[in-house]
Amino acid sequence: MDGSASDKSAIINPDWPLDIYHVFKQIQIGQVCYVPDAGHSRLITLSHQDPLIKTTVLTTEEEGVALCAGAWLGGQRAVLLMQSSGVGNCVNMFSLMNSCRLPFLTLVTMRGEWAEFNPWQIPMGRATPGAFELMGITVLRIDHPSEAGEVVSAAASLAFDGDRQVAILISQRLLGRKKW
Amino acid sequence: MVKSSTFGALDRRAAVKALLDNRRDLLVVTGLGSPSYDVFAAGEHDGNFYLWGAMGGAAMVGLGLALAQPKRPVVVITGDGEQLMGVGALLTVAISKPANLTIAVLDNGHYGETGMQLSHSGHGARLDVIAQGAGFPSVTEISDLEGVAAFRDRMHDLTEGPRFACIQISKDNPERVLPPRDGVHVKNRFRQHLGFAVK
Repeated sequence: MDGSASDKSAIINPDWPLDIYHVFKQIQIGQVCYVPDAGHSRLITLSHQDPLIKTTVLTTEEEGVALCAGAWLGGQRAVLLMQSSGVGNCVNMFSLMNSCRLPFLTLVTMRGEWAEFNPWQIPMGRATPGAFELMGITVLRIDHPSEAGEVVSAAASLAFDGDRQVAILISQRLLGRKKW
Repeated sequence: MVKSSTFGALDRRAAVKALLDNRRDLLVVTGLGSPSYDVFAAGEHDGNFYLWGAMGGAAMVGLGLALAQPKRPVVVITGDGEQLMGVGALLTVAISKPANLTIAVLDNGHYGETGMQLSHSGHGARLDVIAQGAGFPSVTEISDLEGVAAFRDRMHDLTEGPRFACIQISKDNPERVLPPRDGVHVKNRFRQHLGFAVK
């Protein structure tokens, strides 16, 4: 997948993944896990390069939900990075976070909403906020690159201090049109 | 290949009790169903985290915990059906290389909670071979209590993992003994055991 930021709004601040990474450092994220995704590629690279962040590639997104639970049991803050298509894979695993009132923070790059060319991405993209809400997860959005750091910081307080499960949906508009 | 002639003979309660004997600083995550009952029956402990759901997630809970607590040995004790539902997690654990983590599968080839239907393992799939293919540096097949006793101390080795053990238990279904189902309570108790304040 191509992650080039050709969209105008992303060009205004192409460093929003760096802003998010800086917030990860401020709030002492100890583990990052992910299913590979173009929109998250820079954040994934930054996490892998950081010796203080244990970064785990997953075979499917629900693994990451369980990993975040284990990290918290062991005293670390973890974040799951995924794409909207992976949210449906997690639904039953969200029961773990809910039943144990475990903090949970996930950053979701959206597909199927802005200049989407692939019809197969649209159903899960459209269902993503509802899927989270069905399982009792708070949904926040980043619609403009300049607000990325602030939204992640606020969501982290809600999750790790408030013992809530929080999903941040990153607008497809930030990711730019996919070039073929 | 159907393994029906080679199902295990080990009593699951005796096997788990032997595995957790003299557990010292071992942290334990259990897969839902009988493995949770087996671990609880072996002795209640603040360092136990029992799953009552999240099928397929036990190994990954163990991985997150093992990465967060690299100086503590961690064992995930789960069943063949639970591990099969999250079989991809074996690949994730193997490449993450947590040296302090053991995945111990109690393999009876059946789904004990739901009417003893054959699992893929019961149909002949080999979880130990899958773990080997995933890249676990240590894979052990255990079929008797001597094997459990020999494996027990290895779980405390913080350098050779991740380890995978397939423990061949019989399909006898002992009486249920139920660990606490309040996830918040078990979570808080577990974190307190590790020295984290409950908010």
